[in-house]
Amino acid sequence: MEFKLQPLGDNSVIIELGEDISRNIQQKVNKVSSFLDEQSFDWVIEYVPGFTTVAVFYDPMKIKTDTLPYEQVCEELSSYLEKLDVEEGAEPRVVEIPVCYGGEFGPDLEEVAERNELTSEEVIDIHSNGEYIVYMIGFAPGFPYIGGMDERISAPRRKNPRLKIPAGSVGIAGKQTGVYPIETPGGWQLIGKTPRKLFLPEGETPSLLQAGDQIKFVPITEEEFQKWEENEND
Amino acid sequence: MIKITKPGLLTSVQDLGRYGYQKYGVIASGVMDATAHRIANLLVGNDENEATLELTLLGPDMEFTEDTLISICGGNLSPSVDGKPVKLWRSVLVKAGSKLKFGGCKTGCRAYLAVAGGFDLPEVMDSKSTYIRAGIGGFNGKPLQADDELTLGEPSDFATQITKVLSAELDGQKFAEMQWTIASEFTATPASKPKVRVMKGRQYDWFTQDSQMKLFTESFEVTSQSDRMGYRMKGPELLLEKEQEMLSEAVNSGTIQVPSEGNPIVLLADRQTTGGYPKIGQIATVDLPIMAQLKPGDKVQFTEVSHEVAQQLYLDREKQIHQLKQGISLKIKQESK
Repeated sequence: MEFKLQPLGDNSVIIELGEDISRNIQQKVNKVSSFLDEQSFDWVIEYVPGFTTVAVFYDPMKIKTDTLPYEQVCEELSSYLEKLDVEEGAEPRVVEIPVCYGGEFGPDLEEVAERNELTSEEVIDIHSNGEYIVYMIGFAPGFPYIGGMDERISAPRRKNPRLKIPAGSVGIAGKQTGVYPIETPGGWQLIGKTPRKLFLPEGETPSLLQAGDQIKFVPITEEEFQKWEENEND
Repeated sequence: MIKITKPGLLTSVQDLGRYGYQKYGVIASGVMDATAHRIANLLVGNDENEATLELTLLGPDMEFTEDTLISICGGNLSPSVDGKPVKLWRSVLVKAGSKLKFGGCKTGCRAYLAVAGGFDLPEVMDSKSTYIRAGIGGFNGKPLQADDELTLGEPSDFATQITKVLSAELDGQKFAEMQWTIASEFTATPASKPKVRVMKGRQYDWFTQDSQMKLFTESFEVTSQSDRMGYRMKGPELLLEKEQEMLSEAVNSGTIQVPSEGNPIVLLADRQTTGGYPKIGQIATVDLPIMAQLKPGDKVQFTEVSHEVAQQLYLDREKQIHQLKQGISLKIKQESK
């Protein structure tokens, strides 16, 4: 696998795996991430995947070396990364996200429709038939950076960001779509809401989604939303 | 037990941070001034990672229901027990029924209050740090409020030794302080415009030569839009040579990123896990405590340091703290004889 190593301060190294957002580079990021999950270097504290990078945070005090820690880290990482390759045909995990579109759950649905000269139903249809890939998790706990939204339903961010966006809101910003896992301020156009929890602080992994996952948005009614929510809170 | 009677401006439970979960978007959190926090713990016989209370600008008032060994390190927020000033950077035994209050902020911005045995609070994702926005960790995921009651953990044998030494000196007073304190290299009051060492950031070359130069020659002021997540700085405009889009990637504590309007933001303890603004600089880890003690209106001068020197400084500081740990241990052994 081709890569470049660059420092991010005195306790972290960034592994660069490419320059553009693509499925192929995402798979490399995933491969490096799984490698880091499985390795047994005692100096690795954690890693953070990006669109084309993986940052490795390390404990400089745990690196045995006569030189400086960074050099040793690069040497040890390189010897493994050189041998890594992405296998063909690794199937992504598919996660279904039920969404109740419009109404109070998606107050900007009509605006998104009007802007694109579509009906609300057409926006829902296009949004829920897209093929989406989670490129990375960041910004907030469990927040997925999702690629693959149809440009026919794109919409700019709101001029006045909302001070509070409820957890579970599904939004559109430019050519991106995403789900807010916790209540935050934000400027995305809200088209719906999911009853599924994306941030699970008590769970084995605190994020429902992971980089590399394929997402399917499934339209549900308000009634189904209520039922889902009751089950989630059980 | 400690009962909070007045919460102060922002008082939260923090340890050295929540690690291993940033890949899920869960921020690291933890103390802003790790050095003051670690020393505070050492002085009460705790593990360095044990949670302390981080007090900001305007400290809280609290009551102690039992004899408690404490230490206060970091910024000087004028602590006093039952009206008598308490010194920073040393072990202090406080009698049951005493009231600890904080007054004006004399130096710095944040103080760390450690108690022997630490706080008996559940760990969330391996950490007691409060992550306010997600409502997890610390004391019910929130900053401390009036009437909150903190239960203390079991003091270490070492803490018991210190307590014994101080008990002998109480003499009917409400508290007793250890005579000796920490070497001045850790406790010195920062200069009025401190120097903070900065490495070139990953996108340093994207900025105009003029901006690159100004980063290291002019001073920057901390604005009121600053918190545990990051400090927004005001100074000369830092501009890109040409518009360039960046893909979001990991950021670090001390990362200096610059949005397009040209004012830098220094990311700190509650920083987001990833960011998409160009990074002009990266503060050396050893100088993060200096940054953490700046308050709105304070000025700072960034000076350039190489990646090699920053690493060496890191290793040297860790050695110093290790020696300090041994020094404290030796001192207590001598005094308990």
